[in-house]
Amino acid sequence: MPSISHPRPPSASPPVISVVGLSKTYASGFCALRNIDLEIRRGEIFALLGPNGAGKTTLISIICGIVNPGDGKVLVDGHDIVRDYRAARALIGLVPQELTTDAFETVWATVTFTRGLFGKPANPVYIERLLKDLSLWGKKDSRLLALSGGMKRRVLIAKALSHEPKILFLDEPTAGVDVELRRDMWQLVRRLRETGVTVILTTHYIEEAEEMADRIGVIDKGEIILIEDKVELMRKLGRKQLTLQLQERLSAVPPSLARHRLELSAGGEELIYSYDSGRERSGILELLKDLGDAGVRFKDLHTTQSSLEDIFVSLVHDGGGVRKQR
Amino acid sequence: MNIHAVRAIYLFEMARTRRTLLQSIVAPVISTSLYFVVFGSAIGSRIPEIDGVSYGAFIVPGLIMLSLLTQSVSNASFAIFFPKFSRTIYELLSAPVSHFEIVLAYVGAAATKSTLLSLIILATASAFVPLRIDHPLWMLSFLLLTAVTFSLFGFIIGIWADNFEKLQLVPLLIITPLTFLGGSFYSIDMLPPFWKSVTLLNPVVYLVSGFRWSFYGSADVGVGVSLAMTLGFLALFLAIVTWMFRTGYRLKT
Repeated sequence: MPSISHPRPPSASPPVISVVGLSKTYASGFCALRNIDLEIRRGEIFALLGPNGAGKTTLISIICGIVNPGDGKVLVDGHDIVRDYRAARALIGLVPQELTTDAFETVWATVTFTRGLFGKPANPVYIERLLKDLSLWGKKDSRLLALSGGMKRRVLIAKALSHEPKILFLDEPTAGVDVELRRDMWQLVRRLRETGVTVILTTHYIEEAEEMADRIGVIDKGEIILIEDKVELMRKLGRKQLTLQLQERLSAVPPSLARHRLELSAGGEELIYSYDSGRERSGILELLKDLGDAGVRFKDLHTTQSSLEDIFVSLVHDGGGVRKQR
Repeated sequence: MNIHAVRAIYLFEMARTRRTLLQSIVAPVISTSLYFVVFGSAIGSRIPEIDGVSYGAFIVPGLIMLSLLTQSVSNASFAIFFPKFSRTIYELLSAPVSHFEIVLAYVGAAATKSTLLSLIILATASAFVPLRIDHPLWMLSFLLLTAVTFSLFGFIIGIWADNFEKLQLVPLLIITPLTFLGGSFYSIDMLPPFWKSVTLLNPVVYLVSGFRWSFYGSADVGVGVSLAMTLGFLALFLAIVTWMFRTGYRLKT
């Protein structure tokens, strides 16, 4: 596994967002959030995973002020989102899940509008750089209804960043966007992190969380069921498999190798050894030694690790039991 | 005070007017001109003077009031309804703006538009009929006060409406009939006593009457009553808007 270095903010630094005991029940009686406790660290990329209807968007909407909070408390950089909403909201940029844009405004007008709405004086130089960064400069005078879905998504990002927020929420940012835009977006998020912006993203694309996030939270049925450092999570829950391609087909695993709990696959041409990557001793050395003693020769070998997706599915559907590898 | 936000919303709304110049300004001016041609010149010439004012001139304040009320309501209701409809309202709700600032910007823009329109109609009217304005300052005050009050009413309707039909309903079914029956085209003294009493329940009577007083110095009801009624509406609508924002009515779940 490549060593992933991710900047850890000093532990003394207070969280940039702190959610304490937050619950939300809609007028319909639907309980969207149950007693959520969550702390987002300053400058991190936090991925919130969860199936449809788990409460991701409700949680974001409450923090941003779009949905009334129920019980509980939310602080954004120390500012209560209800009592001190001005200070709290001025720090936040939100890219919503749906492509909700005006129709008749130009790109330039709509982005400038948002900056003003968030209380910042006009800054054409900054807006120009922002539009260029998002490959929108050529479209600055186009009306929004004339833009493609991908371009609209870029406009929503530009709007969210127009007032230089310290915290950026991306609600399903890459749903339905092409590969190029997804790459651009990942790059942008990394660049933002370098400038100290905290990024919170919800996603269905687990590869996205795996690729970008420092920490992962999993929410299901309105409850946070897991918050973990990504690397730690992968290490803790990750299962590894060692696949050995044999020189000669085996009809059964030799009895002398029974203690390694090997599986025979590919019609006897492969031996699969599963182990826990979190353990100090993988047992691979012993296995290889025993294989040599038993006279089993192999021509190639490779290892695979369970992805975040496997972990996620096992958490949400199998009630936490770690699913077997693919 | 987030003055940048108020400015942004106000300019955004005024830009919308510029884009839709034809329907915002030209259409009301044409339809009002038609009233002058029909009632002022064609039919009006056969109607005797009312309180010493020619019929064509008599209907000018009422016609301006008709446009002012309908345009204030439709401008402001559309301005807040459309973001709800297109869901871009998420941005307004997540912005560091107070309820007062939101109302100030939207109602300010709607009132600006309807006031400008009224002044344009006034200028148009002067081309058709001889006009006299006895109390120009009161005229402007009534104009502005009514514009603000009914833009506020429109804002309430825009928040309340959850489809386009409801958005049209109030102007069509309430504002227009009340204005027509509120003495825009006649003095309520012309009515039999019973209907005169009924008409006094129509709030628009007070608006038209006060406004007409500022032109010709004569009114159906005392000008103080007119002013008090207008301020009363303003207070009522302010209270409703405050309640809507406080509870998040049809804005926030």
